[in-house]
Amino acid sequence: MAEPQFLVHSPKDNVGVVVIEGLEAGTDMLGVITENDTTINVKSEHDIPIGHKVALTDLKEGDTIIKYGVDIGKMVGDAATGEHVHVHNLKTKRW
Amino acid sequence: MASSNNTFMGYRRENSRVGVRNHVIILPVDDISNAACEAVGNNIKGTMALPHSYGRLQFGEDLDLHFRTMIGTGANPNVAAVIVIGIEPHWTKVIVDGIAKTGKPVTGFAIEQHGDLETVATAGRKAQEYVQWATELQREECDMSELWVSTKCGESDTTTGLGSCPTVGNMYDKLIPKGIYGCFGETSEITGAEHICEARAASPEIGKKFMKTFNAYQDDVIEAHKVDDLSDSQPTKGNIEGGLTTIEEKALGNLEKIGRECKYIDVLEPAEAPEKGAGLYYMDTSSAAAECVTLMGAAGYVVHTFPTGQGNIVGNPIVPVIKITANPRTVRTMSEHVDVDVTGILRRDMTLDTAGDALIEMIRRTSNGRNTAAETLGHREFVMTKLYRSA
Repeated sequence: MAEPQFLVHSPKDNVGVVVIEGLEAGTDMLGVITENDTTINVKSEHDIPIGHKVALTDLKEGDTIIKYGVDIGKMVGDAATGEHVHVHNLKTKRW
Repeated sequence: MASSNNTFMGYRRENSRVGVRNHVIILPVDDISNAACEAVGNNIKGTMALPHSYGRLQFGEDLDLHFRTMIGTGANPNVAAVIVIGIEPHWTKVIVDGIAKTGKPVTGFAIEQHGDLETVATAGRKAQEYVQWATELQREECDMSELWVSTKCGESDTTTGLGSCPTVGNMYDKLIPKGIYGCFGETSEITGAEHICEARAASPEIGKKFMKTFNAYQDDVIEAHKVDDLSDSQPTKGNIEGGLTTIEEKALGNLEKIGRECKYIDVLEPAEAPEKGAGLYYMDTSSAAAECVTLMGAAGYVVHTFPTGQGNIVGNPIVPVIKITANPRTVRTMSEHVDVDVTGILRRDMTLDTAGDALIEMIRRTSNGRNTAAETLGHREFVMTKLYRSA
């Protein structure tokens, strides 16, 4: 299998993690869902640093973000499919 | 000194526990005895002073923790013999007597009515005797099941949850059934995954004990002292640089360290030695790396496994700290800090099973005597946990 540009923990997740350095906007990315070893394809809309998250669907302010199949917080801004999800648009619901 | 895959060459101590290092340490009871300890450590080659910042006017639970950490550090099987130096004889004796229960050589010295110079001379003669005795001790073949292996991750990022933490979890899933003692902690960094952690207890009672510890931390520390939403501390700036966004995301990655199968069999106070036999334990610790590793060393753990994403460089004076990373940028920019490279998990050319086996082999080699990256770089962070202000 070709090396993936991003990994996803669970099929329930709506974000993936970029696992290569220097990812540029416009890349046709290969992703692997590690839980079941299936692949998905998403086009990156931003330059996204290694370790940072990419939206797998169109996310709207208020949407719950699922990673590891679990709620990790809510969107405080929008991110379309392939866009960068980070502290500027994702916050904990806790504090 | 060859050993099979199931054994390693370790130091069997007087109380039958097995160590993987053979240190002679010079332990200060209190901050003002650091200078004398460091002088002895300098004069007598083969010894190591463990300076720290506390030990005066502490009281109650905080003093209990101080004594437990001092005694536990001296009692750790990685330590062959101990010189204890304090400003006065009474608290010095408390620590000496506690360490002496292991049966290992330990002698205390008090500075008052002698001064630093005379203390350094007399303690130095005893330290020299200990080094010459300890350096004749021989390693012997021991079963891997005799290891006590702790874990804590640091400078985490999203690659720790994908690669290095599950590698530790895979190791525990394989070695806990063989009879090792394991330990994880980091109470603040369970936040957001506390119910998942509660469910990993061996019984509902132990799960309740964990939740009591977790809630006490939330009420007594976070709610009592917070001035904002903790977003500058949890996640840390390094975590955020590495792609983590929320404490929940960080906690879920953190918990990957306990694997898929293991259940913890007790909840320990900071630096408390486990007493329910072999298995995995939860310890109530800070998530600050040096504090946590120091507490687990004081509880008797002899090897520490440390997944990192962005590159935490922590070490410990008496416990080898094995660094595991899955982040290719960290391997590229700071490889001298990495013991086990599991970046292949991210490329999908290394399975978790293979990564777990690579970590087990590095634990075995480290236990045989291989120096870790942190040991070769001189990382000896020895940091006491302080519960509240001194009197």
